[in-house]
Amino acid sequence: MKFAVLVFPGSNCDLDAYHLVQDVLNHEAHYVRYDQMTLGRCDAVILPGGFSYGDYLRSGAIARFSPIMEAVQEFAEQGGLVFGICNGFQVLTEAGMLPGALYRNQNLQFRCRQVFLRIENDDTPYTGSAARGDVLKIPVAHGDGCYYAPPDVLDKLDENRQIIFRYSNAKGEITEEANPNGSLDNIAGVCNKRGNVAGMMPHPERAGEAVLGSEDGLVIFKSICHYMEQF
Amino acid sequence: MKHTAKSFAAWKGAHDLLWKAKVEVTLKKEVRDPQGLAVEKSLKTLGYEMVQRVRVGKYMEVFIEADSRKKASLLVEEMSERLLSNPVIEDYSYTLQEPEGGK
Repeated sequence: MKFAVLVFPGSNCDLDAYHLVQDVLNHEAHYVRYDQMTLGRCDAVILPGGFSYGDYLRSGAIARFSPIMEAVQEFAEQGGLVFGICNGFQVLTEAGMLPGALYRNQNLQFRCRQVFLRIENDDTPYTGSAARGDVLKIPVAHGDGCYYAPPDVLDKLDENRQIIFRYSNAKGEITEEANPNGSLDNIAGVCNKRGNVAGMMPHPERAGEAVLGSEDGLVIFKSICHYMEQF
Repeated sequence: MKHTAKSFAAWKGAHDLLWKAKVEVTLKKEVRDPQGLAVEKSLKTLGYEMVQRVRVGKYMEVFIEADSRKKASLLVEEMSERLLSNPVIEDYSYTLQEPEGGK
């Protein structure tokens, strides 16, 4: 499997994503700079976390107009897997490739801690190796992670099963205390209607080795690999 | 005189007017504004109990070359919708300041 890891000015989890793919999963990864026009040969694209363009104006707002994003859009239109983590999720919502928007945490704090996520839909390329209701321990690290979508969009997301992760407690209960940023309906990750583009605020690439405190993020990358092997 | 691309740009620049657009971006009414709530609470703590609501937004000045108000307006609107605001959560408004020594 070949993963393209995008690098925007201000990305900082590109190394984490690269390391996980290359050293932990033993698949191939290559970096693709924001100013390139093509992705190179790859099976999936990762938009990593960080603070592209210093989060100026809005998180992800400037990065989404980078030259490489046209190639990403095209790749997604052809059914390719495009996965946005944290700032990558923000870039994808800004680009209109995922519904809704991410803005300032309701508690006004930068939240950097382990959280629990409940898998809401196990029938996506990103969750196929997990089961609905499974609870993952994965860290968050963001200041602008509050998910918002207007009521009609939220209804559509529910209807189409596009909400893939919700913040929960360790038992998998969706509670207000488990929500680190005030996201509507505890939404932590969504996908597009087709299911090939997904984004999440928590960092599964930082939860891939026991030494990091959790290996729960692996199931997401294993799902991606498993999905790609089928085609 | 033959116009090269460069000389045309210079000519265009010299004859177009420079408009100052003041663009304000705020969260939509229905979107909860945690910064506004924090400022509101702080104002109340300072004794301004009459404060009913605070919304925090962004203010930008964009200087635009255009030969008419209409063109400048269209450009500001396009920029606001594409980049300066995110229509999912934000509204924008703007005013255009008449160029000094304008036609």
